Amino acid sequence: MTLFEPITEQLELLPGYLAHHILLTLAALLASIVVCVPLGVLAVRIPRLRATILSVAGVLQTIPGIALLALMVVLLGQIGFLPAFIALVLYSMLPIVRNTVTGLTEVAPAVIESAEACGMSGGQVMWKIRLPLALPVIMAGIRTSAVWIVGTATLSTPVGATSLGNFIFSGLQTQNAAAVLVGCLSAAALAIFLDLGISAVERAHRSKNSGLRTLTLAILATVILVALSPLVSNDPEGQEDPVIIGAKTFSEQYILAAALGSHLSREGLVTETRPGMGSTVLFRALASGAVDCYVDYSGTLWTNILGRSDNPGRAGVVPVLKRELRDRFGIVVIGPLGFANSYVLAMPRRRAARLGITSLSQLASVAPGLRMGSDYEFYGRPEWRSVRDAYALSFKELLTFDPTLMYAAVGQGRVDVISAYSTDGRILLQDLVILDDPHEAFPPYDAVLLCSADAARRAKLVSALSALVGSITDGAMREANKLVDIDGHSAADAAEYLLGTLRDDRLPRESVPGQGELQDRSQ
Amino acid sequence: MQQVSRSFDRGETFAVQGVNLEVAAGETLIIVGESGSGKTTTIKMINRLIEPSAGKILLKGEDTVAMNLVELRKKIGYVLQDVGLFPHWSVYDNVATVPRLKGWAPSEVQERVEELLTMVGLPYGEFRDRMPAGLSSGQRQRVGFARALAGRPTILLMDEPFGALDPITRDVLQREFVSLRRELTLTVVMVTHDMMEALLLADRVVVMREGAIVEQGSPSALLRTCRSDYTSMLLGTPRRQAQAVEELVAQRDR
Repeated sequence: MTLFEPITEQLELLPGYLAHHILLTLAALLASIVVCVPLGVLAVRIPRLRATILSVAGVLQTIPGIALLALMVVLLGQIGFLPAFIALVLYSMLPIVRNTVTGLTEVAPAVIESAEACGMSGGQVMWKIRLPLALPVIMAGIRTSAVWIVGTATLSTPVGATSLGNFIFSGLQTQNAAAVLVGCLSAAALAIFLDLGISAVERAHRSKNSGLRTLTLAILATVILVALSPLVSNDPEGQEDPVIIGAKTFSEQYILAAALGSHLSREGLVTETRPGMGSTVLFRALASGAVDCYVDYSGTLWTNILGRSDNPGRAGVVPVLKRELRDRFGIVVIGPLGFANSYVLAMPRRRAARLGITSLSQLASVAPGLRMGSDYEFYGRPEWRSVRDAYALSFKELLTFDPTLMYAAVGQGRVDVISAYSTDGRILLQDLVILDDPHEAFPPYDAVLLCSADAARRAKLVSALSALVGSITDGAMREANKLVDIDGHSAADAAEYLLGTLRDDRLPRESVPGQGELQDRSQ
Repeated sequence: MQQVSRSFDRGETFAVQGVNLEVAAGETLIIVGESGSGKTTTIKMINRLIEPSAGKILLKGEDTVAMNLVELRKKIGYVLQDVGLFPHWSVYDNVATVPRLKGWAPSEVQERVEELLTMVGLPYGEFRDRMPAGLSSGQRQRVGFARALAGRPTILLMDEPFGALDPITRDVLQREFVSLRRELTLTVVMVTHDMMEALLLADRVVVMREGAIVEQGSPSALLRTCRSDYTSMLLGTPRRQAQAVEELVAQRDR
């Protein structure tokens, strides 16, 4: 696979992502200026407030950007543009406030004194003398903030705001180096462009040449408008509201979102994908109607959303979910897709054989000498507590990894046991064995297609989604995952593969696990 | 000024204490004293850049505290040692500051700026668009004078206006100041630590020390009959210098 082709593939996504990123960045930067310059003035005019204002801005800046974004989702109870926007404004306050204060206090006392002696009021001294003289320092602060915002805005993908971060997050999850490269380079280029742009405006403002001033502003405005134009030109197509498809942060979810998108557009619906969201954030987004549909797993919903710890078995879970999700959240369960992607604990085959263990009960006795690795979510989930308690598991050390790196870690022997997904193609590749769960501590994880209350009223959408129920086999899903995680194909390619198996499955061959795999090999 | 005092530490110590001073219209009064004698504080209380802690300051019989601060300052021109030109404004804009604040029509403002720049010896066409950073210190102080006079004040306060200039420029500007003052019939209150300057320019010299007036009188009266040791010490310096210069001249003649 050459690097060139996947890059052109990613570049097709650039105008849309870039436009969203610029909109988010400029909105946050403008709001930050509007809030922070007056705050700086206030801090100078009322010295008692100065320490407070500066330390609040300082503390906000020390919160990691991603944490601030997550906090806004929780505080606002919604996802998308608004929480990202507010988090970015808060995050970028410090340089502007600090530079405003510094710039204003550095104006020579003799200048201020003569302004007062000329009979200027306090406000006039500020507007006519101090602010203009502090402007270069304030502008330097604004430029710093602009660069920070461009960088931090890439982290707004997991809270559901489209940005250049979509390249980076999906690229990391699906091992697509081209996507990561395009995301990083375009964010860096945007940061440099904004920095230069602001300093050009500043120089033009200071220049006596009004022609140059107009020209600079005109060029900058044109560039920004052109960059933002994809946001506008999308509108006429979508006379109908687009169907917003959500996805979590791992390859299978990216593939499923792409498959849903492709399937629905073939049915004549306009779609928009919001991949890379955290589990709980995504469920809340569906409940609030910010996302129209996505694929979740029955066990996750059972334990995390309904808070259940019993295990009624694969057939018992789905009907209860249907009823409870409808009654409590208005969410409609369209139905199971056919495959299950269970949480399992797995370890290298040779290591398991040497230790002589095949099940979680046997694992418990050797666990104190072993290291366990898992993804960002697992240790915080009720499934982990239930498994840990059911088998009294106590490991020497618990480590957290990006899912991709977790498999590398178990391959290199840095950890002995990992939490894995049963449809993950890497289980085969790494020659891992899945440990039996005799107490059925893990609930079943059937992939179920969920739809928001609003979206459920769109008959065309519901019927299009219903067509997918029971259509994807374990084998097809595992093969699609393998295409992305191991063979380096894009999520879109894997989605087409998945939809291909689906069309074949319409023939009266009932879903047989592993069939997708066989078909692919025969091609 | 009636019994005017100012303390910067809530009455512990006084920068100025119990000063009584009357300045006649058209008079040039120069306050001399060492650093910390309270002379700058005294002059800044006149346009309320510093507010008195106690006592009253009357301007033509009206209590300045009761007057609108901005209106008061527009009536009083102010020149300081560091000049304090607005660095982001051209010479024209600097001089036009007070007329514009007073709301004059643009044509009046332009006429006035042209008149003033000519008066302080800066050709209008050449200097109007120059920025302060591109001027010599003498030119800057000339612009400072023009700015202070632009609003047709009747009173001019000057805080060491010639202090930062080289001796030749200082001499030229001092002489021009004397003729300007006569021409405009200004009331001038000036502060300096240079006794020679005070003797040459003042109608009346006031000597301050530790926040109080030690002695005052016309330059000639002060030279003839000074009473305090402090004043004679201050007067002694220019005398000794003058004597030394004369002796040098005499030696060369021999």
